[in-house]
Amino acid sequence: MLTLENMRYTDGDYSLSADLCLAPGRRVAIIGPSGAGKSTLLDLIAGFLTPKAGRLLWQGQDITATPPDRRPVAMLFQENNLFPHLSLARNLGLALRPGGGRLTAAEGRKLESALERVGLGGLSSRKPGALSGGQQSRAALARVLLQARPILALDEPFAALGPALKVQMLDLVQEVAGELGALVLLVSHDPQDARRFAEETVLVAEGLAHPPVETRALFDAPPEALRAYLGQ
Amino acid sequence: MASRPLAIGAALIAAGLVLALVLGPVAAVLARAGGWGALGPGDWQALRFTLWQSLLSATFSVALAIPVARALARRRFPGRGLLISLLGAPFILPTIVAVLGLIAVFGQNGLINGSLRALGLPGFSVYGLHGVVLAHVFFNLPLATRLLLQGWLAIPAERFRLAVSLGLSPRAMFRTLELPMLLRIAPGAGAVIFVICLSSFAVALTLGGGPRATTVELAIYQAVRFDFDLGRAALLSMIQLGLALAAGLVALRLGTGGGFGAGLDRLVTRWDGRAGLPRVMDAVWIGLAALFLLTPLGMVVARGLPGLAQLGAGSWAAAWNSLTVALASTLLCLAWALPLSSRWGEWVGLVGLAVSPLVLGTGLFLIVRPFANPLSLALPVTTLVNALVALPFALRILRPEAEAVRADYARLAQALGLTPLAWVRLVLLPRLRRPLGFAAGLTAALSIGDLGVIALFADPERATLPLQVYRLMGSYQMEAAAGAALLLLIFSFGAFWLCDRGGRANADA
Amino acid sequence: MKAISFAAGCLFASTALAQEPVLTVYAGDYVVSEWGPGPKIEEMFEARCGCDLQFKPGDLLPRLLLEGERTEADVVFGLNTDVTKRARESGLFAPHGVDLSPLTLPIDWTDDTFLPYNYGETAFVYDSTRLPEPPTSFAELLDAPDDLKIVIQDPRSSISGLAMALWVEAVYGDKAEDAWRKLAPKILTVTKGWSESYGLFTDGEADMVLSYTTSPAYHIIAEDDHSKKALIFPEGNYFMVELAAKLATTDQPELAQQFMEFLLTAEFQQMIATGNWSFPAALPHDQWPEGFKELELPSKVLFYSEDEAAALRDEAIEAWRRGLSQ
Repeated sequence: MLTLENMRYTDGDYSLSADLCLAPGRRVAIIGPSGAGKSTLLDLIAGFLTPKAGRLLWQGQDITATPPDRRPVAMLFQENNLFPHLSLARNLGLALRPGGGRLTAAEGRKLESALERVGLGGLSSRKPGALSGGQQSRAALARVLLQARPILALDEPFAALGPALKVQMLDLVQEVAGELGALVLLVSHDPQDARRFAEETVLVAEGLAHPPVETRALFDAPPEALRAYLGQ
Repeated sequence: MASRPLAIGAALIAAGLVLALVLGPVAAVLARAGGWGALGPGDWQALRFTLWQSLLSATFSVALAIPVARALARRRFPGRGLLISLLGAPFILPTIVAVLGLIAVFGQNGLINGSLRALGLPGFSVYGLHGVVLAHVFFNLPLATRLLLQGWLAIPAERFRLAVSLGLSPRAMFRTLELPMLLRIAPGAGAVIFVICLSSFAVALTLGGGPRATTVELAIYQAVRFDFDLGRAALLSMIQLGLALAAGLVALRLGTGGGFGAGLDRLVTRWDGRAGLPRVMDAVWIGLAALFLLTPLGMVVARGLPGLAQLGAGSWAAAWNSLTVALASTLLCLAWALPLSSRWGEWVGLVGLAVSPLVLGTGLFLIVRPFANPLSLALPVTTLVNALVALPFALRILRPEAEAVRADYARLAQALGLTPLAWVRLVLLPRLRRPLGFAAGLTAALSIGDLGVIALFADPERATLPLQVYRLMGSYQMEAAAGAALLLLIFSFGAFWLCDRGGRANADA
Repeated sequence: MKAISFAAGCLFASTALAQEPVLTVYAGDYVVSEWGPGPKIEEMFEARCGCDLQFKPGDLLPRLLLEGERTEADVVFGLNTDVTKRARESGLFAPHGVDLSPLTLPIDWTDDTFLPYNYGETAFVYDSTRLPEPPTSFAELLDAPDDLKIVIQDPRSSISGLAMALWVEAVYGDKAEDAWRKLAPKILTVTKGWSESYGLFTDGEADMVLSYTTSPAYHIIAEDDHSKKALIFPEGNYFMVELAAKLATTDQPELAQQFMEFLLTAEFQQMIATGNWSFPAALPHDQWPEGFKELELPSKVLFYSEDEAAALRDEAIEAWRRGLSQ
C-alpha cells in the first residue's frame, strides 16, 4: 500500500494536501486542471519534493525522508528521460549500475532483452538523437523494466506523441507494469487517457488530491470540481 | 549529483580555497604592515579614472561583440572555425607584446597614420582615454565575442525551428530568442571584462599617454615596489577587490533568467537572415572584427620572425617551463571550476582576478617564506596563481552550461541514483565538452602568457616565456624579444587551439 | 598533484647540488638573462673563488625587506640610489670594506656600504638619421616644436623615470612643474618601465626616448649602428649608478668580501661596460672598450645625495604629475 498520510506541501501561496491510499499493482490516473498540482503530487511521491507535514508510507514503511533513488519508484519525466550523448546501452546500463561501471554479460543480456521487449532490439548502440520520438519513449520504458521498481510514475511522458502512438505506448506501459506487478501513476490532462488506461483516478483540484475513485464511476457521476475541469 | 551534500561540500571547499588564497596573502601583507595605510593625494583621481576606463572598456567590448557574435553564429563559411580561434588570440597575448602590436597599427608611425599621411590627410593620436579603451577592447572583444557566441550556440536548434515555423520577423526572433540569451550572458561577460580592466596598469599607462591615465594598480605597484608601504598596498587592493565584487553583484542581479532547456544536440541551422542586407551586414561585422583584431597580431608576427633565429637555449627552456606550468594550471583550474560553476561560485571566483597580483605575490611570499625557499617554489606558485586568475574565465564559460545540464538532467540522475563520480564522468563532463575545451584552451593560453607573481619568485633556471621577453628587452635585445614574443604567441595560441578544437570536435554527438 | 611533484623536484634539485660553498647573489632580473652580465660574472668569479655563485633574480629591496634577517642573500647586486636610504635604514647591510680610490666616477663617492660598479647618466636618445637637428639644451628641448615626440618612463614605477623627475627638479627647482607643462605636448606617452619606452623608440614610434648616455654604445658595438645618439645638455645630465652591497647576515663573509673586491678589479670592470651597457665605475677612460670611448660625456653631472633625493622625491613626482596632467 502507498499511503499519503495527512500530507501537506506549500510553496509560497501554493498548497497541496493529500490523505489517501493506493493499492499495489493498480493503474491510477492523476487528472485535474493545469497548475493544480498533478506533477507536484508525483514529485512528492518520487522524492523530488519534501512535504511540509505528514508522512509517506510504502507497505507500512515510512519513506518520507528517503532520497529519490532509494524509493520504490521509477519515474518517466515529461522530457529529458535519456542522456543525449550516451548510447541506449549506456543510458539503460545506468539503471543497473548507477556508478557507471561495466555491465556483466548477464546484465548485458538483460539489457538487450529489455530493449527487445519494447521493440528496440538491436538498436542499443544508437544515441537518442538518432531515434524517433516514439522510439525514445520506448527506450525510456525499457529502462523502467530494468529498474524493476514496484511503483511507476509517469509525468505525461507521451504528451508529445500522436494519438495512435500514445495509445500504443499506454498499452506497452500496461504490459510492462503488468509484468512487474507495479502500481502505475499516470499524470495526464486528457480524460481519455484515464478512461482507457486507469482502473482508478485521483482528482487533483483546488489544493487537494482527492482519494482514488473507480474511473468509470467517477466519470459517470463527476463531482463538482471535475465537472468544472471537464467543462460540463 | 545523486548526493547533493557532496556537491555542496565540494563547492564550499573550492570556494574556501579561493578565498583563503586571496584573503590569506592580503592578511599576511596587512599583518606585516601593521595596519591599513592611508590614501595618497593622487589616489582618488586614480580610482575615478580606473572606474571610468573599466566601465567604458567593458561596455564597448560587449556592445561590439553582439553583432560580431551574431554574425559568426549564423554564418557558415570556409575557415570559420580557424577565424573564431584566431579571434581569441589577442586576449592571450602578454600586454607588452600586444601594446607594441597595437601601436604598430594605431600609433604615430603606425599603419593607419602612415596611410593617412600618404594620402595627405591629417593623422590622429591614439594616446589618451580613447587609446586605453581601444586597447582594452582589443584585448577583451574576443572574450566577449566567444562568450556570446557560446550563448548563441546554446540556444537549441528546436527554438529556431519553432521561431521560423511561426514566421517570426527578425525583430520578434531577436526579442524572443536572442535578447533573453543576451540578457543572461552579457552582464556576466561585462563584469569579467570590467574586473580585468580594473587591474590594468601598463596598458592603461602606455596608451593613456601620461599620469592622467593612472590606475589603482599603478598606485599599488608604487606602494609595493618603490615605497614599500605595504599598508597602503593592502588598502588599495581591498578597494580594488571591493569594486570587483560590487561589479560581480550587479552582474548577478542583472544576469538572471533561466536557460533554454535541453535540446537534442543537432547542429544549429538557422533559417533567418538569408536576405541580402543581413548577409552584407554580417560580412561587414566579421570583416571589421577580423581586421581590428588580426592586423596588430600580424604586426607581432612580422616583427617577431627575424628574432626567432636569435633565440638561445634560455628562451627554449623558458618555453618548456611555460608549457608545463600551463598544463598544470589548466588541470588545476578546471578541477577548481567544476564545483564552483554556479551563480555564487562565479561571484567568489571573481575574487582571484580582482586582487592585485603584486599584493598576492607579496602575501604568498610572506606565507611561504617560513616553510620553504620561495625561489624553489617559483613554478608551483606560478601554477597556482595562474589557475586562480584564470578561474573567473573558466567559470564564466562553464557556468551557464553547467547550470543548464543540472536543470535538465539532475532529476533523471537523482532518480537513477547515479553516484557523484558517475554524474561527473558520464553526464557533466561529456555534456560540458565544448565549454570545457574552450575554458581549458583559455586557461592554458592565459597561463603561458601571464607574468603573474613571478617577480618575487623569479628563478634563473626556471624563467617562463613572458619573463624571458622582459629580460631580453631589458638587455637591448629588442629583436630577440620580438622573436620570443612570437614564440609565446605561437605556443599560447597553439595550446588554445588544441583544447578548443578538442572540445568542439564531434560536439554534436 | 602536479604542483606537489614540482615542489618536491625543485627541493631535491637544490639540495643535491650543495657541495662547494655557495655565494647567493640577489640581482636585478635583467642581469641573469643570457644577454645580461650574469653568466659572465658567474664564470669569472667562480674561476677565482672555488665556489658556486648562484644568482637569484627578481625584486631586490622589496624581497630583502620582506625576508629581513632570515634572508639567504650574501650579496645584493644592482641597487640604485633611489633605494639606498631605505636599504641603509633597514640595518641589513654590512660595510663593504673596499678601497674606493680606484673609482673613476664623475662625482665623489665615499659611501662605505654601497659600492658602485657601473654608472651612466639620464639622457634623451635619438636617431640622428631621423632627427638631424635635435635640441642642444634642456631649454631648447622645452621650446622645441610640439611635433617632436618623446617617450619617458613613469617616476612612480621606474628608476629611470624617477631619475628624470629629479633631473628636472635639479635643473628647474621650483619651476619644475612649469618645465613639465612645457614638455607635456611633446610627451607622446609614459610607460611603466624602460623596456617599453625603448621598444617604442626602436620601432620608430617616438623621436626620442628617455634612456642613458650609454645607450648609443650598445648600437655602436653590437649593431655597428652609429646613428643613435644621446643628448648631452649644458644644464647637466642626471647621474645614475648601480651598486652592490654585502649582507650583514651572510654566512659566507669571506666569499662575499671577495666578491665585493672583485667588482672593482680591471677584469670585471672591462667586462661590465659591454656586459651591462654602462660606464665602468673604476676604469680609466683610456681603458674603456672602443665603442664607449667615442661617446660624448656630460660636461656637468647632476646628482642628489640620498638624503636630498628623499626630501625632494615626493615634490619632484608631484611636479611631474601636475605638469603632465594639464
